[in-house]
Amino acid sequence: MSGEITAEATEASTSIRTQPSTRARPVPFAVTVIVLAGAVALTFLVSNYHLFQLTMLVGYAVAILGLNIATGYNGQISLGHGAFYAVGAYTAAILMSNFDVPYWATLPIAAIISAIIGFLIGFPALRFTGLYLALTTFALAVAVPQLLKFKGIEDWTGGVQGIVISKPEAPFGLPLNPDQWLYLFSLGVAGLLFLFAWNLIRGRIGRAMMAIRDHALAAEAMGIDLALLKTRTFAVSAMYTGVAGALSAIAVEFVAPDSFTVFVSIFLFVGLVVGGVASITGAIFGAAFIVFIPNIAEQVSKAAPGAIYGVILIAFMYLMPSGVAGLLRRLYHRLVPSSR
Amino acid sequence: MSAATSPADFGPAMLQIRGVVVRFGGVVALNGVAFDVGQRQICGLIGPNGSGKTTLFNCISGIYRYSEGEILFEGRKLAGTPRHQLINIGIGRTFQNLALFRTLSVRDNVLVGGHHLAHSGFIRNALRLPIVRTEERRLNDQLHRLLHLLDLEDVADVTVASLPFGTQKRVELARALISDPKLLLLDEPAGGLNHGEVDELAALLVSIREQFKLSILLVEHHMSLVMRVSDKVVALEFGQKIADGTPEQVRNEPEVIRAYLGETEDARAA
Ligand SMILES: Nc1ncnc2c1ncn2[C@@H]1O[C@H](COP(=O)(O)OP(=O)(O)O)[C@@H](O)[C@H]1O
Ligand SMILES: [Mg+2]
Repeated sequence: MSGEITAEATEASTSIRTQPSTRARPVPFAVTVIVLAGAVALTFLVSNYHLFQLTMLVGYAVAILGLNIATGYNGQISLGHGAFYAVGAYTAAILMSNFDVPYWATLPIAAIISAIIGFLIGFPALRFTGLYLALTTFALAVAVPQLLKFKGIEDWTGGVQGIVISKPEAPFGLPLNPDQWLYLFSLGVAGLLFLFAWNLIRGRIGRAMMAIRDHALAAEAMGIDLALLKTRTFAVSAMYTGVAGALSAIAVEFVAPDSFTVFVSIFLFVGLVVGGVASITGAIFGAAFIVFIPNIAEQVSKAAPGAIYGVILIAFMYLMPSGVAGLLRRLYHRLVPSSR
Repeated sequence: MSAATSPADFGPAMLQIRGVVVRFGGVVALNGVAFDVGQRQICGLIGPNGSGKTTLFNCISGIYRYSEGEILFEGRKLAGTPRHQLINIGIGRTFQNLALFRTLSVRDNVLVGGHHLAHSGFIRNALRLPIVRTEERRLNDQLHRLLHLLDLEDVADVTVASLPFGTQKRVELARALISDPKLLLLDEPAGGLNHGEVDELAALLVSIREQFKLSILLVEHHMSLVMRVSDKVVALEFGQKIADGTPEQVRNEPEVIRAYLGETEDARAA
């Protein structure tokens, strides 16, 4: 009798003990290599149109990763990251068309400009938390198309017409067409940015971000300067999304105000949640959702693609409440039981 | 267990509370409280509910402002020190109700406590430069020492929110200790613990003081723990100090007996 109780108690305590941290375990190195090799192989396997789609996917993945740094890891909800996407896109387009800057050199400049804007927005953002911050950033996203149409900067932005740019050729005489080259180029940039993000999150800065998200007062008592960390985090977040915007402008060969409505911000947010909040790999799944689900919805029903999209979105949330990455993480934990 | 030495043996005061007054509208939460905490001293702060213990705790940890008086730490005025700087000068704390980083593992919770021991910023971390690895290695050594001391090794990778209350309290203690404070502020650490756990906590506090060579300001509503581990006890009632001395002296102070008796009568009446 008492033996039974003891056994039960032990089991209860082990079930507590084996419940692993929700924080992502590192994706095994081998998996990373295989996925990267597969992504590179696609360059030679799919049509140019699909390569264009994949290039957009890579861009969105970087943008969502940026949003994840502020919202997922640091708890600063942003419904306005489309604004940084627009800033990056316009920076690339203006530099290429007005200043003949080579496409690759526009990326670091787009990074710096969006980081500065993100940093400046990060200060007023300190006053708001939760839903109030979400609405404040949303206001920013709403204003963007109008700001881009502003007459005073028409010489640069091209006003309502926008700016047309041209797709870069592959360098060094590589035997690649422009779509293939741009896909590989974007993949390389994204690979680096993902590596940097992973490094950032797993170290003391990432821990501090998450500590603030979970309990700001306690984080402060641990010596974390909330204002400093949150504004810099917002800057890094904006920088990622800005670089993504630049990549997308180069891929689309065109920017115009109406490409940067509030929907960009909302789709990025959808990608964040569907892929997995506070997950680095989740950004890739979220981007795939943004790129492919509208097409699939269109194929299912030409008459009501919006309704189909909505149903698919609800199904995702219902089946994967912690995002695609959350589901994969749980499967992984089940298949590979806790290895310390 | 308690070293019944007189407060005078603890050298120059580490923390000095000098006539601190706090008012909330008409309520005078603290009315000119003054006492010292010595080097490597465990100082218990007791008093019935509403006597101002948490208020004083919050004044030291920079959450409340006081209209009169001053608080000195190692001879330096604390007023105006940003909250995130307190740990740098050597003041660590736990919270009355748990304030852990719920979604993080025990390991990460404790590591956050070591935030101020390292200095690498965003760029160095993103590039994971050698300095970052060195810092992480050093921090991990400390981490393992504390996980061992507080018997948390088996749950290092478990999400902290899924652990029993008593274990979470130990995580908070580990998180405060990894930062290597000179003064540790504990707000009702025994709250919610059962008898056995309170006994363990008492032993732990005494051993922590020896191992980490620190002072402890122990705010507790319940007398027993305080009386067992403290070198010195300060008693508050209605924001005023009513006793100050060894546990023995304070226990026998008529004012203290009356205050605590009064409270139990109130409780009976309610
Ligand atoms: N933030 C506050 N606002 C208004 N009154 C407060 C506040 N904090 C404490 N008080 C009042 O100050 C007095 C002391 O409270 P407190 O320091 O919490 O006591 P203790 O921790 O000893 O139980 C109480 O009368 C309480 O109601
Ligand atoms: Mg209290």
